[in-house]
Amino acid sequence: MTVPPPVRPAADDVPGSWTAALRRRAIDELPPERLLPDRQPAYVSSWVYLFGVLTLAALVVVIASGSILALKGPEWWHHSSLGHFMNSVHLWSVELFFFFMVIHLWGQFFMASWRGNRGLTWVTGAVAFLASIGTAFTGYVIQSNFDSQWIATQAKDGMNAVGIGAFWNVLDFGQMLLWHVLLLPIAIGIIVALHLLMVRRHGVVAPIGVDADGNLIDSGTTTDAS
Amino acid sequence: MAGLVASVVNLDRPGHYLHWWVIQLSLANFVVIVLMLVVFALALVVPFPKLHERDRPKKERP
Repeated sequence: MTVPPPVRPAADDVPGSWTAALRRRAIDELPPERLLPDRQPAYVSSWVYLFGVLTLAALVVVIASGSILALKGPEWWHHSSLGHFMNSVHLWSVELFFFFMVIHLWGQFFMASWRGNRGLTWVTGAVAFLASIGTAFTGYVIQSNFDSQWIATQAKDGMNAVGIGAFWNVLDFGQMLLWHVLLLPIAIGIIVALHLLMVRRHGVVAPIGVDADGNLIDSGTTTDAS
Repeated sequence: MAGLVASVVNLDRPGHYLHWWVIQLSLANFVVIVLMLVVFALALVVPFPKLHERDRPKKERP
């Protein structure tokens, strides 16, 4: 991938202006053609590269259906046909979200996708995965049914057993609801946005044995693989 | 259709659980894990469709 030259201060920039410096830095790090590319290297033509965007698509449905559930409330999702349907859309989009995210994780792990200065991209992905588990868990305990009460009491014992029970009361519906619909979604939104920007910043990682331009690496020599 | 699914998967009863040594997981979760492995394997071996000619940049067209 060709790296564009750094953006130098424009002649009409106000000297010492932090907004001009921030703008130059932003354009330098993420020029528009890298932020929204219209072409990808040849090695991206593989199904295994699709699971990141599938995860993202599922997340959009999760957030949209969850927003509707938050607006209508438990009475609606427990006692109306449309509420049942939206509740199921939320559940199954979460199932797909984790399904795609785990396959995305496997694909990136076996490709060692932290190569090429992509360590933070890998870390933000891992943190997003952990935050998603927390969000799914708090979602289970706020279903407001017998299943959620069972999960919450079992989890309370588990959290006490590992010594973190004082920090979260999973039997407290209000606390779990706010974690699920506010704090954790905000955290996931920020982490996923950072993850995407880093993917765009460094480009999609090449398979092992192929350089960034799609050439096969063979004992120090390269041959065109595209 | 719903009746057909219900006849195969009856959800109106306690779930099945699998035990291996200290590992215990529900049959439903086991099925999901197997499905993920199958989809992952297929994603590695199934050929990706070629780029349509009209989507190819002009300079790359023969």
